Amino acid sequence: MSAATDHSLFAHGSGLRRRRRVNRAVELSSTVAALLAVAVLLIVVGSVLLKGLGALSLHFLTTPTALFGETGGGISNAIIGTAIIVAIAAAIAIPIGLLVAIYTTEFAPPRIAHPVRFVLDVLNGVPTIVTGIFVYGLIVVPQGNQSGYAASVALAIVMLPIVARTAQEVLELVPLTLKEAANALGIAHWRTTVRVTIPTAAGGLLTGALLAVARVAGETAPLLLLCSIFAPGNLTDPSQGLASIPIFIFQASESPSPTAHTEAWAAALILIAFVLLLNVVARVFYARSRQRMEG
Amino acid sequence: MSKIAEQARQLSSQQVPAGTARPQVPRRDRGNVELAGLNAWYGANHAVKGIDLGFDAGLVTAIIGPSGCGKSTMVRCINRMHEEIAGARAEGHVRLDGIDLYDPAIDVVAVRRHVGMVFQKPNPFPTMSVLDNVTAGLRLTDAGKGEIEDRGREALVEAGLWEEVSGRLKSPGAGLSGGQQQRLCIARALAVEPEVLLMDEPCSALDPVATLRIEELIGELKKRVTIVIVTHNMQQAARVADTTAFMLGGELVEVGPTERLFTNPDNERTEQYVTGKFG
Repeated sequence: MSAATDHSLFAHGSGLRRRRRVNRAVELSSTVAALLAVAVLLIVVGSVLLKGLGALSLHFLTTPTALFGETGGGISNAIIGTAIIVAIAAAIAIPIGLLVAIYTTEFAPPRIAHPVRFVLDVLNGVPTIVTGIFVYGLIVVPQGNQSGYAASVALAIVMLPIVARTAQEVLELVPLTLKEAANALGIAHWRTTVRVTIPTAAGGLLTGALLAVARVAGETAPLLLLCSIFAPGNLTDPSQGLASIPIFIFQASESPSPTAHTEAWAAALILIAFVLLLNVVARVFYARSRQRMEG
Repeated sequence: MSKIAEQARQLSSQQVPAGTARPQVPRRDRGNVELAGLNAWYGANHAVKGIDLGFDAGLVTAIIGPSGCGKSTMVRCINRMHEEIAGARAEGHVRLDGIDLYDPAIDVVAVRRHVGMVFQKPNPFPTMSVLDNVTAGLRLTDAGKGEIEDRGREALVEAGLWEEVSGRLKSPGAGLSGGQQQRLCIARALAVEPEVLLMDEPCSALDPVATLRIEELIGELKKRVTIVIVTHNMQQAARVADTTAFMLGGELVEVGPTERLFTNPDNERTEQYVTGKFG
Protein backbone atom coordinates (compact mmCIF):
# COMPACT_ATOMS: atom_id res chain seq x y z
CA MET A 1 0.00 0.00 0.00
CA SER A 2 2.74 2.42 1.01
CA ALA A 3 4.52 1.91 -2.31
CA ALA A 4 1.46 3.05 -4.22
CA THR A 5 1.33 6.37 -2.41
CA ASP A 6 5.10 6.94 -2.39
CA HIS A 7 5.41 9.47 -5.23
CA SER A 8 9.19 9.61 -5.00
CA LEU A 9 9.20 6.26 -6.81
CA PHE A 10 7.81 8.00 -9.90
CA ALA A 11 9.65 11.32 -9.63
CA HIS A 12 11.63 12.63 -12.61
CA GLY A 13 15.25 11.67 -12.04
CA SER A 14 18.30 12.47 -14.13
CA GLY A 15 17.92 9.00 -15.66
CA LEU A 16 14.64 9.99 -17.24
CA ARG A 17 16.05 13.22 -18.64
CA ARG A 18 18.96 11.35 -20.19
CA ARG A 19 16.63 8.74 -21.66
CA ARG A 20 14.52 11.44 -23.24
CA ARG A 21 17.57 13.14 -24.76
CA VAL A 22 18.85 9.89 -26.27
CA ASN A 23 15.39 9.06 -27.53
CA ARG A 24 15.07 12.42 -29.23
CA ALA A 25 18.55 12.16 -30.79
CA VAL A 26 17.84 8.71 -32.24
CA GLU A 27 14.45 9.80 -33.52
CA LEU A 28 15.89 12.92 -35.15
CA SER A 29 18.82 11.19 -36.84
CA SER A 30 16.68 8.40 -38.27
CA THR A 31 14.17 10.96 -39.56
CA VAL A 32 16.98 12.89 -41.26
CA ALA A 33 18.29 9.69 -42.84
CA ALA A 34 14.85 8.86 -44.18
CA LEU A 35 14.44 12.36 -45.59
CA LEU A 36 17.86 12.12 -47.26
CA ALA A 37 16.85 8.90 -49.01
CA VAL A 38 13.68 10.53 -50.32
CA ALA A 39 15.63 13.66 -51.27
CA VAL A 40 18.06 11.67 -53.42
CA LEU A 41 15.20 10.25 -55.45
CA LEU A 42 13.52 13.64 -55.73
CA ILE A 43 16.75 15.32 -56.85
CA VAL A 44 17.48 12.65 -59.46
CA VAL A 45 13.94 12.66 -60.83
CA GLY A 46 13.75 16.44 -60.58
CA SER A 47 16.97 17.14 -62.43
CA VAL A 48 16.14 14.59 -65.12
CA LEU A 49 12.73 16.23 -65.54
CA LEU A 50 14.22 19.71 -65.60
CA LYS A 51 16.91 18.95 -68.15
CA GLY A 52 15.11 16.35 -70.24
CA LEU A 53 11.61 17.72 -70.53
CA GLY A 54 12.74 20.41 -73.00
CA ALA A 55 13.91 17.87 -75.60
CA LEU A 56 10.93 15.60 -75.15
CA SER A 57 8.46 15.66 -78.01
CA LEU A 58 6.40 13.28 -80.08
CA HIS A 59 9.00 13.71 -82.80
CA PHE A 60 11.75 12.64 -80.40
CA LEU A 61 9.86 9.50 -79.41
CA THR A 62 8.88 8.47 -82.95
CA THR A 63 12.05 9.23 -84.95
CA PRO A 64 15.10 6.96 -85.12
CA THR A 65 18.47 8.23 -83.97
CA ALA A 66 20.14 10.64 -86.40
CA LEU A 67 23.14 9.37 -88.28
CA PHE A 68 26.56 10.42 -87.07
CA GLY A 69 27.10 14.14 -87.50
CA GLU A 70 23.44 14.94 -88.11
CA THR A 71 20.99 16.39 -85.62
CA GLY A 72 17.26 16.23 -85.04
CA GLY A 73 17.03 12.48 -84.44
CA GLY A 74 14.96 10.70 -81.83
CA ILE A 75 14.99 7.47 -79.87
CA SER A 76 12.29 5.35 -81.48
CA ASN A 77 14.82 2.69 -82.49
CA ALA A 78 16.26 2.66 -78.95
CA ILE A 79 12.79 2.25 -77.42
CA ILE A 80 11.98 -0.62 -79.79
CA GLY A 81 15.39 -2.21 -79.19
CA THR A 82 15.09 -2.05 -75.42
CA ALA A 83 11.57 -3.45 -75.60
CA ILE A 84 12.74 -6.41 -77.71
CA ILE A 85 15.85 -7.12 -75.63
CA VAL A 86 13.98 -6.92 -72.30
CA ALA A 87 11.01 -8.94 -73.63
CA ILE A 88 13.29 -11.80 -74.72
CA ALA A 89 15.16 -11.64 -71.41
CA ALA A 90 11.86 -11.77 -69.50
CA ALA A 91 10.64 -14.67 -71.63
CA ILE A 92 13.75 -16.61 -70.61
CA ALA A 93 14.12 -15.55 -66.97
CA ILE A 94 10.54 -15.40 -65.69
CA PRO A 95 9.50 -19.00 -66.44
CA ILE A 96 12.81 -20.42 -65.22
CA GLY A 97 12.82 -18.19 -62.12
CA LEU A 98 9.26 -19.19 -61.21
CA LEU A 99 10.02 -22.88 -61.68
CA VAL A 100 13.13 -22.60 -59.50
CA ALA A 101 11.07 -20.89 -56.79
CA ILE A 102 8.26 -23.45 -57.00
CA TYR A 103 10.75 -26.29 -56.81
CA THR A 104 12.59 -24.92 -53.79
CA THR A 105 9.51 -23.91 -51.79
CA GLU A 106 7.13 -26.75 -52.66
CA PHE A 107 9.15 -29.81 -53.56
CA ALA A 108 12.84 -29.66 -52.61
CA PRO A 109 13.96 -30.96 -49.21
CA PRO A 110 15.62 -28.27 -47.03
CA ARG A 111 19.08 -29.66 -47.68
CA ILE A 112 18.66 -28.78 -51.37
CA ALA A 113 16.46 -25.68 -51.00
CA HIS A 114 18.92 -23.82 -48.73
CA PRO A 115 21.96 -24.13 -51.04
CA VAL A 116 19.83 -23.13 -54.05
CA ARG A 117 18.68 -20.04 -52.18
CA PHE A 118 22.29 -19.18 -51.34
CA VAL A 119 23.40 -19.64 -54.94
CA LEU A 120 20.64 -17.29 -56.11
CA ASP A 121 21.75 -14.67 -53.60
CA VAL A 122 25.33 -14.95 -54.86
CA LEU A 123 24.16 -14.75 -58.48
CA ASN A 124 22.19 -11.63 -57.54
CA GLY A 125 25.43 -10.09 -56.28
CA VAL A 126 27.52 -10.83 -59.38
CA PRO A 127 28.50 -7.51 -61.02
CA THR A 128 26.60 -7.18 -64.29
CA ILE A 129 29.80 -6.40 -66.20
CA VAL A 130 31.01 -9.88 -65.22
CA THR A 131 27.81 -11.37 -66.55
CA GLY A 132 28.42 -9.33 -69.71
CA ILE A 133 31.93 -10.70 -70.19
CA PHE A 134 30.68 -14.22 -69.59
CA VAL A 135 27.97 -13.90 -72.25
CA TYR A 136 30.49 -12.19 -74.56
CA GLY A 137 32.64 -15.31 -74.43
CA LEU A 138 29.60 -17.56 -74.66
CA ILE A 139 27.74 -15.96 -77.56
CA VAL A 140 29.44 -12.97 -79.17
CA VAL A 141 32.86 -14.61 -79.72
CA PRO A 142 31.60 -17.81 -81.40
CA GLN A 143 28.97 -15.87 -83.36
CA GLY A 144 31.42 -13.23 -84.47
CA ASN A 145 29.09 -10.26 -83.88
CA GLN A 146 27.20 -8.46 -81.17
CA SER A 147 23.50 -9.11 -81.00
CA GLY A 148 20.23 -8.39 -79.24
CA TYR A 149 20.09 -12.08 -78.28
CA ALA A 150 23.40 -11.83 -76.45
CA ALA A 151 22.09 -8.80 -74.53
CA SER A 152 18.87 -10.66 -73.71
CA VAL A 153 20.76 -13.66 -72.34
CA ALA A 154 22.87 -11.41 -70.11
CA LEU A 155 19.80 -9.54 -68.84
CA ALA A 156 18.02 -12.87 -68.27
CA ILE A 157 20.92 -13.96 -66.04
CA VAL A 158 20.57 -10.69 -64.10
CA MET A 159 16.79 -11.15 -63.81
CA LEU A 160 16.76 -14.81 -62.83
CA PRO A 161 17.77 -14.49 -59.16
CA ILE A 162 15.46 -11.49 -58.66
CA VAL A 163 12.47 -13.36 -60.06
CA ALA A 164 13.29 -16.56 -58.20
CA ARG A 165 14.00 -14.97 -54.80
CA THR A 166 10.92 -12.73 -54.77
CA ALA A 167 8.78 -15.66 -55.94
CA GLN A 168 10.18 -17.83 -53.15
CA GLU A 169 9.30 -15.23 -50.58
CA VAL A 170 5.79 -14.79 -51.94
CA LEU A 171 5.14 -18.55 -52.15
CA GLU A 172 6.23 -18.93 -48.56
CA LEU A 173 3.59 -16.38 -47.55
CA VAL A 174 0.80 -18.65 -48.80
CA PRO A 175 -0.81 -19.90 -45.59
CA LEU A 176 0.01 -23.46 -44.66
CA THR A 177 -3.65 -23.93 -43.72
CA LEU A 178 -4.62 -23.74 -47.41
CA LYS A 179 -2.15 -26.43 -48.39
CA GLU A 180 -3.38 -28.47 -45.44
CA ALA A 181 -6.99 -28.06 -46.55
CA ALA A 182 -6.13 -29.27 -50.04
CA ASN A 183 -4.08 -32.11 -48.63
CA ALA A 184 -6.96 -33.24 -46.40
CA LEU A 185 -9.26 -33.32 -49.44
CA GLY A 186 -7.00 -35.88 -51.06
CA ILE A 187 -5.70 -33.45 -53.67
CA ALA A 188 -2.25 -34.41 -54.96
CA HIS A 189 0.61 -32.09 -54.03
CA TRP A 190 1.43 -30.94 -57.57
CA ARG A 191 -2.23 -30.14 -58.16
CA THR A 192 -2.43 -28.19 -54.92
CA THR A 193 0.61 -26.24 -56.08
CA VAL A 194 -0.83 -25.47 -59.52
CA ARG A 195 -4.46 -24.84 -58.53
CA VAL A 196 -4.25 -23.45 -54.99
CA THR A 197 -0.77 -22.18 -54.05
CA ILE A 198 0.21 -20.42 -57.29
CA PRO A 199 -3.18 -18.71 -57.88
CA THR A 200 -3.17 -17.49 -54.29
CA ALA A 201 0.31 -16.02 -54.75
CA ALA A 202 -0.25 -14.79 -58.33
CA GLY A 203 -0.22 -11.07 -57.52
CA GLY A 204 3.05 -11.34 -55.61
CA LEU A 205 4.63 -13.44 -58.35
CA LEU A 206 3.69 -10.82 -60.91
CA THR A 207 5.19 -8.14 -58.64
CA GLY A 208 8.54 -9.93 -58.58
CA ALA A 209 8.55 -10.30 -62.35
CA LEU A 210 7.74 -6.61 -62.90
CA LEU A 211 10.45 -5.50 -60.45
CA ALA A 212 12.95 -7.67 -62.29
CA VAL A 213 11.96 -6.10 -65.62
CA ALA A 214 12.30 -2.64 -64.07
CA ARG A 215 15.70 -3.59 -62.71
CA VAL A 216 17.17 -4.68 -66.07
CA ALA A 217 15.50 -2.12 -68.33
CA GLY A 218 18.21 0.40 -67.48
CA GLU A 219 21.07 -2.09 -67.22
CA THR A 220 23.99 -0.70 -69.24
CA ALA A 221 27.24 -2.50 -68.55
CA PRO A 222 26.45 -5.80 -70.32
CA LEU A 223 24.90 -3.95 -73.24
CA LEU A 224 28.12 -2.02 -73.82
CA LEU A 225 29.88 -5.32 -74.40
CA LEU A 226 27.14 -7.21 -76.12
CA CYS A 227 24.92 -4.86 -78.04
CA SER A 228 26.45 -1.41 -78.58
CA ILE A 229 27.39 -1.78 -82.23
CA PHE A 230 24.37 -1.73 -84.46
CA ALA A 231 23.34 -0.70 -87.94
CA PRO A 232 20.98 2.29 -87.91
CA GLY A 233 18.68 0.42 -90.25
CA ASN A 234 18.18 -2.57 -87.93
CA LEU A 235 15.06 -1.93 -85.88
CA THR A 236 13.82 -5.36 -84.95
CA ASP A 237 16.31 -8.14 -85.75
CA PRO A 238 17.78 -9.39 -82.44
CA SER A 239 20.32 -11.62 -84.20
CA GLN A 240 22.16 -8.37 -84.98
CA GLY A 241 23.01 -5.47 -82.73
CA LEU A 242 19.99 -3.44 -81.59
CA ALA A 243 19.77 0.13 -80.35
CA SER A 244 18.73 0.54 -76.71
CA ILE A 245 17.89 3.41 -74.38
CA PRO A 246 20.83 2.93 -71.95
CA ILE A 247 23.33 2.79 -74.81
CA PHE A 248 21.72 5.87 -76.39
CA ILE A 249 22.08 7.75 -73.08
CA PHE A 250 25.69 6.62 -72.77
CA GLN A 251 26.65 7.57 -76.32
CA ALA A 252 24.75 10.87 -76.38
CA SER A 253 26.24 11.99 -73.08
CA GLU A 254 29.74 11.19 -74.39
CA SER A 255 29.13 13.40 -77.41
CA PRO A 256 30.52 16.96 -77.42
CA SER A 257 27.24 18.40 -78.73
CA PRO A 258 25.00 20.15 -76.16
CA THR A 259 21.93 19.05 -78.17
CA ALA A 260 23.02 15.47 -77.73
CA HIS A 261 23.32 16.08 -73.97
CA THR A 262 19.75 17.31 -73.78
CA GLU A 263 18.65 14.28 -75.78
CA ALA A 264 20.46 12.04 -73.30
CA TRP A 265 18.50 13.67 -70.48
CA ALA A 266 15.25 13.19 -72.36
CA ALA A 267 16.02 9.51 -72.93
CA ALA A 268 16.88 9.19 -69.25
CA LEU A 269 13.50 10.70 -68.43
CA ILE A 270 11.74 8.07 -70.54
CA LEU A 271 13.70 5.30 -68.83
CA ILE A 272 13.00 6.60 -65.32
CA ALA A 273 9.32 7.11 -66.07
CA PHE A 274 9.07 3.51 -67.30
CA VAL A 275 10.85 2.13 -64.23
CA LEU A 276 8.75 4.21 -61.82
CA LEU A 277 5.56 3.14 -63.55
CA LEU A 278 6.54 -0.54 -63.30
CA ASN A 279 7.32 -0.10 -59.61
CA VAL A 280 3.96 1.51 -58.90
CA VAL A 281 2.06 -1.18 -60.80
CA ALA A 282 4.06 -3.86 -58.99
CA ARG A 283 3.14 -2.34 -55.60
CA VAL A 284 -0.55 -2.37 -56.48
CA PHE A 285 -0.44 -6.06 -57.41
CA TYR A 286 1.52 -6.86 -54.28
CA ALA A 287 -0.92 -5.05 -52.00
CA ARG A 288 -3.83 -6.97 -53.53
CA SER A 289 -2.02 -10.25 -53.22
CA ARG A 290 -1.14 -9.67 -49.56
CA GLN A 291 -4.73 -8.85 -48.80
CA ARG A 292 -5.77 -12.14 -50.33
CA MET A 293 -3.23 -14.16 -48.40
CA GLU A 294 -3.95 -12.53 -45.08
CA GLY A 295 -7.69 -12.48 -45.86
CA MET B 1 0.12 -51.35 -22.17
CA SER B 2 -0.75 -49.21 -19.19
CA LYS B 3 -3.54 -50.10 -16.81
CA ILE B 4 -5.46 -47.03 -17.83
CA ALA B 5 -5.36 -47.82 -21.50
CA GLU B 6 -6.40 -51.39 -20.73
CA GLN B 7 -9.30 -50.09 -18.69
CA ALA B 8 -10.22 -47.68 -21.45
CA ARG B 9 -10.27 -50.46 -23.96
CA GLN B 10 -12.55 -52.54 -21.81
CA LEU B 11 -14.78 -49.54 -21.35
CA SER B 12 -14.94 -48.82 -25.02
CA SER B 13 -15.85 -52.39 -25.83
CA GLN B 14 -18.37 -52.56 -23.01
CA GLN B 15 -20.09 -49.28 -23.42
CA VAL B 16 -20.46 -48.78 -27.12
CA PRO B 17 -21.33 -52.15 -28.56
CA ALA B 18 -23.31 -52.09 -31.75
CA GLY B 19 -26.97 -51.34 -31.24
CA THR B 20 -27.03 -50.41 -27.58
CA ALA B 21 -25.97 -46.78 -27.59
CA ARG B 22 -28.65 -44.30 -28.62
CA PRO B 23 -30.98 -46.78 -30.28
CA GLN B 24 -32.93 -43.97 -31.95
CA VAL B 25 -29.97 -43.36 -34.27
CA PRO B 26 -30.20 -45.55 -37.35
CA ARG B 27 -27.09 -47.71 -37.59
CA ARG B 28 -24.99 -47.42 -40.70
CA ASP B 29 -22.81 -50.20 -41.89
CA ARG B 30 -20.06 -47.90 -43.16
CA GLY B 31 -17.76 -45.57 -41.29
CA ASN B 32 -16.73 -47.62 -38.27
CA VAL B 33 -13.24 -46.63 -37.18
CA GLU B 34 -11.03 -48.56 -34.85
CA LEU B 35 -7.65 -47.44 -33.50
CA ALA B 36 -5.40 -50.21 -32.24
CA GLY B 37 -2.05 -49.61 -30.55
CA LEU B 38 -1.74 -46.18 -32.14
CA ASN B 39 1.47 -44.30 -31.34
CA ALA B 40 2.61 -40.97 -32.76
CA TRP B 41 5.80 -38.98 -32.42
CA TYR B 42 7.13 -35.51 -33.27
CA GLY B 43 10.82 -36.30 -33.53
CA ALA B 44 11.62 -37.74 -30.11
CA ASN B 45 8.44 -36.42 -28.50
CA HIS B 46 6.04 -39.29 -27.96
CA ALA B 47 2.73 -37.46 -28.39
CA VAL B 48 0.23 -40.31 -28.66
CA LYS B 49 0.87 -43.40 -26.56
CA GLY B 50 -0.68 -46.72 -27.48
CA ILE B 51 -4.27 -45.73 -28.02
CA ASP B 52 -7.05 -48.28 -28.57
CA LEU B 53 -10.36 -46.66 -29.34
CA GLY B 54 -13.38 -47.14 -31.57
CA PHE B 55 -15.55 -44.57 -33.34
CA ASP B 56 -18.87 -46.03 -34.35
CA ALA B 57 -20.88 -45.10 -37.39
CA GLY B 58 -23.82 -42.88 -36.64
CA LEU B 59 -22.29 -41.44 -33.50
CA VAL B 60 -20.44 -38.27 -32.61
CA THR B 61 -17.36 -38.86 -30.51
CA ALA B 62 -15.73 -35.93 -28.72
CA ILE B 63 -12.08 -36.00 -27.72
CA ILE B 64 -11.42 -33.79 -24.70
CA GLY B 65 -8.31 -33.07 -22.68
CA PRO B 66 -5.99 -30.22 -21.76
CA SER B 67 -3.78 -28.47 -24.33
CA GLY B 68 -0.93 -30.66 -25.52
CA CYS B 69 -2.56 -33.93 -24.45
CA GLY B 70 -2.25 -35.31 -28.00
CA LYS B 71 -5.92 -35.12 -28.97
CA SER B 72 -5.33 -33.24 -32.23
CA THR B 73 -2.36 -35.45 -33.07
CA MET B 74 -4.42 -38.57 -32.48
CA VAL B 75 -7.17 -37.33 -34.76
CA ARG B 76 -4.68 -36.31 -37.45
CA CYS B 77 -3.39 -39.88 -37.44
CA ILE B 78 -6.80 -41.10 -38.59
CA ASN B 79 -6.51 -39.45 -42.03
CA ARG B 80 -2.71 -39.75 -41.96
CA MET B 81 -2.20 -35.97 -41.94
CA HIS B 82 0.11 -36.29 -38.95
CA GLU B 83 2.93 -37.75 -41.04
CA GLU B 84 2.86 -34.69 -43.36
CA ILE B 85 4.74 -32.71 -40.71
CA ALA B 86 8.53 -32.93 -41.04
CA GLY B 87 9.94 -35.31 -38.43
CA ALA B 88 6.55 -36.69 -37.45
CA ARG B 89 5.66 -40.39 -37.64
CA ALA B 90 2.95 -42.74 -36.50
CA GLU B 91 2.74 -46.46 -35.81
CA GLY B 92 -0.10 -48.83 -35.13
CA HIS B 93 -3.40 -49.50 -36.82
CA VAL B 94 -6.33 -47.38 -37.87
CA ARG B 95 -9.04 -49.56 -39.36
CA LEU B 96 -11.86 -48.08 -41.40
CA ASP B 97 -14.55 -50.74 -41.79
CA GLY B 98 -11.89 -53.36 -41.27
CA ILE B 99 -9.37 -51.93 -43.73
CA ASP B 100 -6.05 -50.97 -42.13
CA LEU B 101 -5.26 -47.43 -43.32
CA TYR B 102 -1.64 -47.93 -42.24
CA ASP B 103 -1.18 -50.97 -44.47
CA PRO B 104 1.78 -50.34 -46.82
CA ALA B 105 -0.45 -51.04 -49.81
CA ILE B 106 -2.76 -48.13 -48.92
CA ASP B 107 -2.55 -44.88 -50.92
CA VAL B 108 -2.32 -42.00 -48.44
CA VAL B 109 -4.14 -39.62 -50.77
CA ALA B 110 -7.04 -42.09 -51.10
CA VAL B 111 -7.32 -42.29 -47.30
CA ARG B 112 -8.20 -38.60 -47.23
CA ARG B 113 -11.03 -39.07 -49.67
CA HIS B 114 -12.66 -41.42 -47.20
CA VAL B 115 -11.78 -39.49 -44.05
CA GLY B 116 -12.57 -35.77 -44.37
CA MET B 117 -11.26 -33.05 -42.11
CA VAL B 118 -12.32 -29.62 -40.87
CA PHE B 119 -9.73 -27.39 -39.24
CA GLN B 120 -9.63 -24.86 -36.39
CA LYS B 121 -9.69 -21.80 -38.57
CA PRO B 122 -11.96 -21.70 -41.61
CA ASN B 123 -9.66 -22.10 -44.62
CA PRO B 124 -11.62 -21.63 -47.85
CA PHE B 125 -9.44 -21.29 -50.96
CA PRO B 126 -9.19 -17.51 -51.43
CA THR B 127 -9.03 -17.57 -55.22
CA MET B 128 -12.12 -19.73 -55.63
CA SER B 129 -15.84 -18.96 -55.66
CA VAL B 130 -18.25 -20.50 -53.15
CA LEU B 131 -19.19 -23.29 -55.56
CA ASP B 132 -15.60 -23.87 -56.69
CA ASN B 133 -14.55 -24.21 -53.06
CA VAL B 134 -17.17 -26.85 -52.38
CA THR B 135 -16.31 -28.82 -55.51
CA ALA B 136 -12.53 -28.47 -55.14
CA GLY B 137 -12.14 -31.98 -53.77
CA LEU B 138 -14.05 -33.36 -56.76
CA ARG B 139 -12.54 -31.16 -59.46
CA LEU B 140 -8.92 -31.51 -58.36
CA THR B 141 -8.88 -35.25 -57.78
CA ASP B 142 -9.70 -38.20 -59.98
CA ALA B 143 -12.58 -38.99 -57.64
CA GLY B 144 -15.00 -36.52 -59.11
CA LYS B 145 -16.47 -37.25 -62.50
CA GLY B 146 -19.89 -36.41 -63.83
CA GLU B 147 -22.30 -34.14 -62.02
CA ILE B 148 -19.77 -32.19 -59.99
CA GLU B 149 -21.80 -29.01 -59.61
CA ASP B 150 -24.91 -30.91 -58.52
CA ARG B 151 -22.88 -32.71 -55.88
CA GLY B 152 -21.52 -29.34 -54.75
CA ARG B 153 -25.04 -27.96 -54.36
CA GLU B 154 -26.07 -31.04 -52.38
CA ALA B 155 -23.09 -30.59 -50.10
CA LEU B 156 -24.07 -26.96 -49.48
CA VAL B 157 -27.55 -28.15 -48.52
CA GLU B 158 -26.07 -30.79 -46.20
CA ALA B 159 -23.89 -28.17 -44.54
CA GLY B 160 -26.93 -25.94 -43.98
CA LEU B 161 -25.45 -23.18 -46.12
CA TRP B 162 -27.55 -23.42 -49.26
CA GLU B 163 -30.16 -20.83 -48.35
CA GLU B 164 -27.52 -18.27 -47.39
CA VAL B 165 -25.31 -18.65 -50.47
CA SER B 166 -27.55 -19.91 -53.29
CA GLY B 167 -27.65 -16.38 -54.73
CA ARG B 168 -23.89 -15.94 -54.73
CA LEU B 169 -22.37 -19.24 -55.73
CA LYS B 170 -19.98 -17.45 -58.09
CA SER B 171 -18.75 -14.86 -55.58
CA PRO B 172 -15.53 -15.45 -53.59
CA GLY B 173 -15.73 -17.98 -50.76
CA ALA B 174 -13.53 -15.76 -48.63
CA GLY B 175 -16.25 -13.08 -48.70
CA LEU B 176 -18.52 -15.08 -46.38
CA SER B 177 -18.69 -14.55 -42.60
CA GLY B 178 -16.46 -16.68 -40.37
CA GLY B 179 -19.23 -19.09 -39.44
CA GLN B 180 -20.37 -19.38 -43.06
CA GLN B 181 -16.77 -20.00 -44.14
CA GLN B 182 -16.50 -22.84 -41.66
CA ARG B 183 -19.74 -24.39 -42.95
CA LEU B 184 -18.34 -23.92 -46.46
CA CYS B 185 -15.31 -25.94 -45.35
CA ILE B 186 -17.64 -28.59 -43.93
CA ALA B 187 -19.52 -28.68 -47.24
CA ARG B 188 -16.21 -28.97 -49.08
CA ALA B 189 -15.28 -31.97 -46.94
CA LEU B 190 -18.73 -33.56 -47.37
CA ALA B 191 -18.75 -33.12 -51.15
CA VAL B 192 -16.31 -35.99 -51.68
CA GLU B 193 -18.67 -38.18 -49.59
CA PRO B 194 -16.30 -39.37 -46.89
CA GLU B 195 -17.32 -42.05 -44.40
CA VAL B 196 -15.70 -40.19 -41.52
CA LEU B 197 -15.46 -36.47 -40.73
CA LEU B 198 -12.71 -35.30 -38.39
CA MET B 199 -13.24 -31.89 -36.78
CA ASP B 200 -10.25 -30.33 -35.05
CA GLU B 201 -11.70 -27.67 -32.72
CA PRO B 202 -13.97 -26.43 -35.53
CA CYS B 203 -15.55 -23.65 -33.47
CA SER B 204 -12.52 -22.21 -31.71
CA ALA B 205 -12.36 -19.23 -34.09
CA LEU B 206 -16.13 -18.61 -34.16
CA ASP B 207 -18.58 -16.51 -32.15
CA PRO B 208 -21.26 -18.23 -29.99
CA VAL B 209 -24.04 -17.94 -32.58
CA ALA B 210 -21.91 -19.43 -35.36
CA THR B 211 -20.74 -22.09 -32.90
CA LEU B 212 -24.32 -23.06 -32.10
CA ARG B 213 -25.10 -23.33 -35.80
CA ILE B 214 -22.17 -25.72 -36.33
CA GLU B 215 -23.17 -27.77 -33.29
CA GLU B 216 -26.70 -28.19 -34.67
CA LEU B 217 -25.20 -29.19 -37.98
CA ILE B 218 -23.08 -31.87 -36.32
CA GLY B 219 -26.27 -33.38 -34.88
CA GLU B 220 -27.79 -33.57 -38.37
CA LEU B 221 -24.69 -34.85 -40.11
CA LYS B 222 -23.99 -37.79 -37.83
CA LYS B 223 -26.68 -39.80 -39.61
CA ARG B 224 -24.57 -39.83 -42.75
CA VAL B 225 -21.01 -39.60 -41.54
CA THR B 226 -19.08 -40.73 -38.48
CA ILE B 227 -17.94 -37.63 -36.62
CA VAL B 228 -14.89 -37.26 -34.42
CA ILE B 229 -14.60 -33.81 -32.87
CA VAL B 230 -11.66 -32.49 -30.90
CA THR B 231 -12.66 -29.78 -28.46
CA HIS B 232 -11.27 -28.19 -25.35
CA ASN B 233 -14.71 -26.86 -24.58
CA MET B 234 -16.34 -29.43 -22.30
CA GLN B 235 -19.78 -27.85 -22.65
CA GLN B 236 -19.48 -28.34 -26.38
CA ALA B 237 -18.57 -32.00 -25.92
CA ALA B 238 -21.59 -32.39 -23.62
CA ARG B 239 -23.86 -30.73 -26.18
CA VAL B 240 -22.84 -32.56 -29.35
CA ALA B 241 -21.24 -35.89 -28.49
CA ASP B 242 -22.79 -39.31 -27.92
CA THR B 243 -19.47 -40.67 -26.73
CA THR B 244 -16.64 -38.75 -25.12
CA ALA B 245 -13.01 -39.75 -24.73
CA PHE B 246 -10.69 -38.05 -22.25
CA MET B 247 -6.98 -37.88 -23.05
CA LEU B 248 -4.11 -36.86 -20.84
CA GLY B 249 -0.39 -36.84 -21.58
CA GLY B 250 -0.82 -38.73 -24.84
CA GLU B 251 -2.83 -41.53 -23.23
CA LEU B 252 -6.49 -42.36 -23.36
CA VAL B 253 -7.73 -42.09 -19.80
CA GLU B 254 -11.37 -42.92 -20.19
CA VAL B 255 -14.05 -43.27 -22.82
CA GLY B 256 -17.79 -43.69 -22.42
CA PRO B 257 -21.22 -42.29 -23.10
CA THR B 258 -20.95 -38.53 -22.76
CA GLU B 259 -23.50 -38.15 -20.00
CA ARG B 260 -21.89 -40.78 -17.81
CA LEU B 261 -18.37 -39.45 -18.43
CA PHE B 262 -19.36 -36.00 -17.25
CA THR B 263 -21.58 -37.03 -14.33
CA ASN B 264 -20.10 -40.26 -13.05
CA PRO B 265 -16.62 -40.90 -14.46
CA ASP B 266 -14.77 -44.04 -13.43
CA ASN B 267 -11.36 -42.45 -13.38
CA GLU B 268 -10.34 -39.97 -10.74
CA ARG B 269 -8.38 -37.84 -13.20
CA THR B 270 -11.37 -37.64 -15.53
CA GLU B 271 -13.45 -36.43 -12.64
CA GLN B 272 -10.86 -33.81 -11.70
CA TYR B 273 -10.71 -32.59 -15.30
CA VAL B 274 -14.45 -32.43 -15.97
CA THR B 275 -15.06 -30.66 -12.67
CA GLY B 276 -12.42 -28.06 -13.56
CA LYS B 277 -9.79 -28.98 -10.99
CA PHE B 278 -7.06 -28.87 -13.67
CA GLY B 279 -6.63 -28.27 -17.36
